[in-house]
Amino acid sequence: MKKKWQILTNGIIKENPTLVLLLGMCPTLAITTGVISALGMGLATTFVLVGSNTVISLLRKFVQKTVRIPAYIVVIAGFVTMVEMLMKSYLPSLYGALGIYLPLIVVNCIILGRAELFASQNTVGDSALDGLGMGAGFTLALCLIAAVREFFGTGCIAEIAITEEWMPGMTFFILPAGGFFTLGMIIAIVRYITEKRNRDPQKNCREREEEFCESCPNRAICQNEKEG
Amino acid sequence: MAKLLSVLLSAVLVNNFVLSKFMGICPFLGVSKKTDSALGMGGAVIFVMTMAAAVTFPVYNFILVPLQLDYLRTIVFILIIAMFVQLVELILKRFLPALGKSLGIYLPLITTNCAVLGVTILNADSYADSFLLSIVNALGGGIGFALALIIFSGVRERMEEADIPDFFKGLPATLVAASILSLAFSGFSGVVEGLFPGV
Repeated sequence: MKKKWQILTNGIIKENPTLVLLLGMCPTLAITTGVISALGMGLATTFVLVGSNTVISLLRKFVQKTVRIPAYIVVIAGFVTMVEMLMKSYLPSLYGALGIYLPLIVVNCIILGRAELFASQNTVGDSALDGLGMGAGFTLALCLIAAVREFFGTGCIAEIAITEEWMPGMTFFILPAGGFFTLGMIIAIVRYITEKRNRDPQKNCREREEEFCESCPNRAICQNEKEG
Repeated sequence: MAKLLSVLLSAVLVNNFVLSKFMGICPFLGVSKKTDSALGMGGAVIFVMTMAAAVTFPVYNFILVPLQLDYLRTIVFILIIAMFVQLVELILKRFLPALGKSLGIYLPLITTNCAVLGVTILNADSYADSFLLSIVNALGGGIGFALALIIFSGVRERMEEADIPDFFKGLPATLVAASILSLAFSGFSGVVEGLFPGV
């Protein structure tokens, strides 16, 4: 039981996909201009993660090693298409707000990364739990970034006015540039907090970056750059 | 002609794929440490984006839309891109081994680059009626990606020597630098409307 709980909370704090593993940056930056669209994106990604992790775990004994990546992509794209169709008919306004970033969930590195690292090696139940935890961690991180950007950019949080009347928003924060800036700041703060707990800050930072490289599809290039 | 130019300029500068649409952030952050590899990656992305647009356009407009299967486009496009990238890799290895060697390491990653899938879906949404505009939009997107990557690699080469607080080292500092570059690019907004009024 304790192990299951660990799998679930692993994605939320210890290996938060956005703030610690640094995966799936594209949607993180693009749709965090408002808390509502961030929540919608987070939930859609969570649905796809749980679904694809479950199916890929079920298929793990049948899929040949050489064709596994195309097979995973088809499973993931199938779930993304389901989300697209469901959202188009039941939540058309959210569908409009997410726009092109909804089909782009297919190429979110978090999903392929979890399929490769976790679902292809673990049981169905554990994989579904891992998907749920990772999805929750992704959703929470998105909402946090979106809350900061929306508050400073418009004076609202989740479209509820807070300081809107007496303090004009700083448009910078809802511009693309504000997305890069806010994410950079939040990651720096998270590192500051986690490094205060650990004694050897510099070593930890380096080690952590290399350890998590495994889950990133770009690792071949990065490593090549370091060596060359 | 003016329409083509306005689509091209808008894709390169105003709606830059990396800096204003946030597509292809992973390679933008991962492969921008050195100008050489930024050039290689940029070239590979320009090529694959343009060819992906050229391949997906007929499939979408002459197969999926007439059969009313356009809801399958996400699955079909990503498979086409994955197949296409593999094919390019094989052809390069066989006929142009020198080029294949320098682009080889970048090609497999392009499959999971959102900019490539993004441009095919954007084309299906906005330029479904014109093959030429689709190609120009993809070419512009690729050039914009390469431009941002190359400029940014110059910025990062200088950042290597800067004295940055420990917890800012690596990604946070890179993101803040990207923010400043993105702010510079947002200065281009309105340029295309000004150059080509009424297009």
